[in-house]
Amino acid sequence: MTDTLPDKLETLSPMGRPLRRKEDARLLHGQTNWTDNIQLPGTVYMAILRSPMAHARITHLDVTPALSEPHVVAAYSAKELGDLNGAVPCVWPVTDDMQAPAFPALAVDKVRHVGDCVAVVLATDRNAAYDALDAIEIDYDQLPAVIDLESALQPGATLVHDGADSPGTNECYTYHLPGTGIPYDEAKTKADVVVKRRFINQRLIPAFMEPRAVVASPMGVSNEMTVWSSTQIPHILRVLLALVTGLPENSLRIIAPDVGGGFGGKLQIYREEILAVQIARQLGRPVKWTETRSENMVATHHGRGQVQDIEIAATKNGKLLGMKVNLLADMGAYLQIITPGTPLLGMFMYPGIYKMDAYDFNCIGVFTNKTPTDAYRGAGRPESTYAMERIMDELAAELNMDPMELRKKNWINHEDFPYATIAGLVYDTGNYEAATDKAMEMFDYDSLRAEQQRRRASGDPVQLGIGISTFTEMCGLAPSRTLGALKYVAGGWEHCTIRMLPTGKVELITGTSPHGQGHETAWSQIAADILGVGVDDIEVIHSDTGRAPYGMDTYGSRSLAVGGQAIKKAAERLIEKARVIAAHQLECSVDDLEYVGGAFRVKGDAEKAQPLAAVAFEAFSAHNLPDGVEPTLQAESTVDPQDFSYPHGTHLAAVEVDTETGKTTLRTYVCVDDVGVQVNPMIVEGQVHGGLAQGIAQAMYEGVEYDEDGNLLTASLADYLVPSAADLPSFTTSTTETPSTTNPLGTKGVGEAGTIASTPAIINAIVDALRPMGVTDVQMPASPQRVWRTLQEAKGGNA
Amino acid sequence: MIPIAFDYVRPTTIPEAVAALVASGEDGKILAGGQSLMPVLRLRMAAPSVVIDCSEIADLQGVRDDGNSIVIGAGTTHHDVMNSPIVKEHSPLLAMATATVADPAIRHRGTLGGALAHADPAGDLPAVALALDGVLSVTGPNGSRDIAAADFFTDYFTTSMAEDEILVSVTLPKLGAGWGYHYEKFQRTAQGWAIVGVAAAVHRSNGNITAARIGLTNMAPSPVRASSVETALSGADATVKAVGDAAASAADGTRATSDLHAAADYREHLARVITKRAVLTAGGI
Repeated sequence: MTDTLPDKLETLSPMGRPLRRKEDARLLHGQTNWTDNIQLPGTVYMAILRSPMAHARITHLDVTPALSEPHVVAAYSAKELGDLNGAVPCVWPVTDDMQAPAFPALAVDKVRHVGDCVAVVLATDRNAAYDALDAIEIDYDQLPAVIDLESALQPGATLVHDGADSPGTNECYTYHLPGTGIPYDEAKTKADVVVKRRFINQRLIPAFMEPRAVVASPMGVSNEMTVWSSTQIPHILRVLLALVTGLPENSLRIIAPDVGGGFGGKLQIYREEILAVQIARQLGRPVKWTETRSENMVATHHGRGQVQDIEIAATKNGKLLGMKVNLLADMGAYLQIITPGTPLLGMFMYPGIYKMDAYDFNCIGVFTNKTPTDAYRGAGRPESTYAMERIMDELAAELNMDPMELRKKNWINHEDFPYATIAGLVYDTGNYEAATDKAMEMFDYDSLRAEQQRRRASGDPVQLGIGISTFTEMCGLAPSRTLGALKYVAGGWEHCTIRMLPTGKVELITGTSPHGQGHETAWSQIAADILGVGVDDIEVIHSDTGRAPYGMDTYGSRSLAVGGQAIKKAAERLIEKARVIAAHQLECSVDDLEYVGGAFRVKGDAEKAQPLAAVAFEAFSAHNLPDGVEPTLQAESTVDPQDFSYPHGTHLAAVEVDTETGKTTLRTYVCVDDVGVQVNPMIVEGQVHGGLAQGIAQAMYEGVEYDEDGNLLTASLADYLVPSAADLPSFTTSTTETPSTTNPLGTKGVGEAGTIASTPAIINAIVDALRPMGVTDVQMPASPQRVWRTLQEAKGGNA
Repeated sequence: MIPIAFDYVRPTTIPEAVAALVASGEDGKILAGGQSLMPVLRLRMAAPSVVIDCSEIADLQGVRDDGNSIVIGAGTTHHDVMNSPIVKEHSPLLAMATATVADPAIRHRGTLGGALAHADPAGDLPAVALALDGVLSVTGPNGSRDIAAADFFTDYFTTSMAEDEILVSVTLPKLGAGWGYHYEKFQRTAQGWAIVGVAAAVHRSNGNITAARIGLTNMAPSPVRASSVETALSGADATVKAVGDAAASAADGTRATSDLHAAADYREHLARVITKRAVLTAGGI
């Protein structure tokens, strides 16, 4: 489709057009810098000795033998690093009494997960650094590993953190959110049906394509410590590195060059970043570290990891009365940047698109001897949507009702917006009916149900299942006051500066930090529309605190919903400044000017006009500016969003389940998403496709497995199965467009939608296929073996 | 890639390669396409003193018709094997199985000989060589010898080749007319290893199955023939029922193991289901 589209549509507004991504040529041709490409003179390479055990006391550790190995410059354990052994910060203490144990960059006395950092070697040759790790002397006294969440909370359980300041439990925190309605137990008394389920939302590994990498150089201009890092959050990293290392913030410059994926896995300050900076400082030379894939599996934070007990109460007619959710959330061994808050990002979303009278949410964070968890695409919202959409299907089965009919009975109708939810949010807009009607038609729901009946009747070994998922999510993180109320320490604003240079070229400086999203193209489209310049005349500058000093970076589908507002406002302010200069040049009042097609024109006099570029040159030369107007043509805006935005959608999956082998084949996937106003529909479609792949991956392929000793069994991509395009069908995607009213562009956010919606659609489809055989749930990932065993158990009456 | 340091040689003749192998003592490792060796080196699971790259040895390349059989050079890539007109005509089962190996990038690098000599129990091609009664020709300092596929694969990643021998070629007999073939692979992802694979060659005549050869992938430390299924099929009716009955014994005599993706009992179940499907497809039933 996109092949026939022009690259530029200068005479038309660029908004809403599927323009090809400006950034792709350099990415696809390999003409860019990833962090690992950066080669500085005098660099030493860091290799990390990691714990092979999940839980052990270090009884002997001596790094000095490594110093005699070839090319080795230095070696450190916590002892040698001393005061430079900074601690990884957690910026979201969700409760006042949260257990927040220290997380030093190099482990002190004890290791707490496989992959925990114990010591480092620095050498002038990368391979030599790895070779020298073998020379380090270390002895461990192995301790029992804390793996299972429920066992971890039992009295007498082994403690992950047992220091002098330990409260004597593996409980990190308990969080309770009462709904805004009546108490759940009261709602339950009116119920005809109560359905209760336990769902396991398994751990996932972000598995981004470019492994993490960092280069820290103390050789910058003036006293600058320059840090290149494959991160989603250069701005936040700068603040946190300053706080952790004690280096003055104004001497730290963080650059995230092109970054190959993140999915939340690079929304983090990692111990390797702290170590690189501290050691570069100590040695006075650049330090470089690039993660191997094996390290990535154990040392990059994981996502999800929840046990979800959910109970739903309804009348026999299918009217929802209330819901109660009890979560156990796996923190892993330590708290990272927003580890404790990640499950809570889902607490507002369990009620989803439905109306009910009561809601009660409880979450207990639990320490285990596993890799820390943190944000992963959707962060809390895929988990809540999964549990809700799964139990809606179970309720429909209990009531012998079509699952879509049950949803229609309970969802918020489009005329009900804005709608205050039972979880305390106000959804601004939405039209679930329109998205659902469109999806049902594209999917051909009725004929698939007919085929399903035929296969059931004939006893076909390959059964057809239909899965529904309707969802909404909160995007646009976030109003700073809301974040403050939730005890998150930072704000949620976003910044943009726009400069028109004397030659008419435009610099758009954004605080968002793309790592695959296409901001350079989309942001240019927004600004070009207002400035009346070509999309290609705009250069988007980002992800370098030296050139783009203010920002809150990219995660949580926030960049367009929040950053887009700053772009719009800055562009409008630039035009207003230019209007004053143009009026002076054209000797008229500003009110006599209209701005059309990239030029200020005097109303009613077609001859009198001044292009914006000419104004920019005037602002540069400053020979004849009006009194009180400063030279240069630039404007900025920092926007704090007034509220979240709420994308929604209806996703439908048809799967074929081979009952002889348990293998599921995804046959058809149709989704209609409402992400509000679209700046670039091609980018929206790409985001949906990638999101679907990751959500389907959780349902069918991916899942972290540990053994009882805490060894990671899925430690390579041969065992941790990330599906490829060859495993997935052609998706049929479409959109409806209900503009958000919480931002002036009407946008919502699309980065996580596909991931959030698709997981329950797939599992609902598999369960739907097998329900006549007595199957009521399949644990994720629904591997062939697991589906086959579930069927055997159901046949044997043990289900 | 962060391997432990090693020496690297790239001989251009088989005798040079053998000499390099002998000179390395027991520490040399042959590199063919590198698709199995490189990950092992990268993960530091092997630390050979010398890597002997055989990719430039012309005598290891290519496919030729040898009358009653075809001969495939050990260094022939999967891509070249599956696209060879000789292989497609006279040993279509090998072409079919090779087309399921990993992905196109790997098939352009990986070689038939490398896959057989590596003897991964989950590799697809050993079962094919076994089912077709292939003969593997090896050369060492004491000359050349032929090893029947049935005697070649001895254990996990282990063959009956001596440490100083290299695999030179694989000979597959032409089965002649009346045979149908199929390789049925059961895997988790498109590029994944076989959880179970079944290589089937079925000969039909007058509505009956007259002979069958069935090799099983990943049902034991090395590939196994489903002998009892072969026996049961010999002379059986070419019907779904008869094939299903015969396939019920597909797991007999296997030594399936358990791993993350499949426990032994599930593998045994799959072997029965997949064998039935492979035979039905091969036999056109």
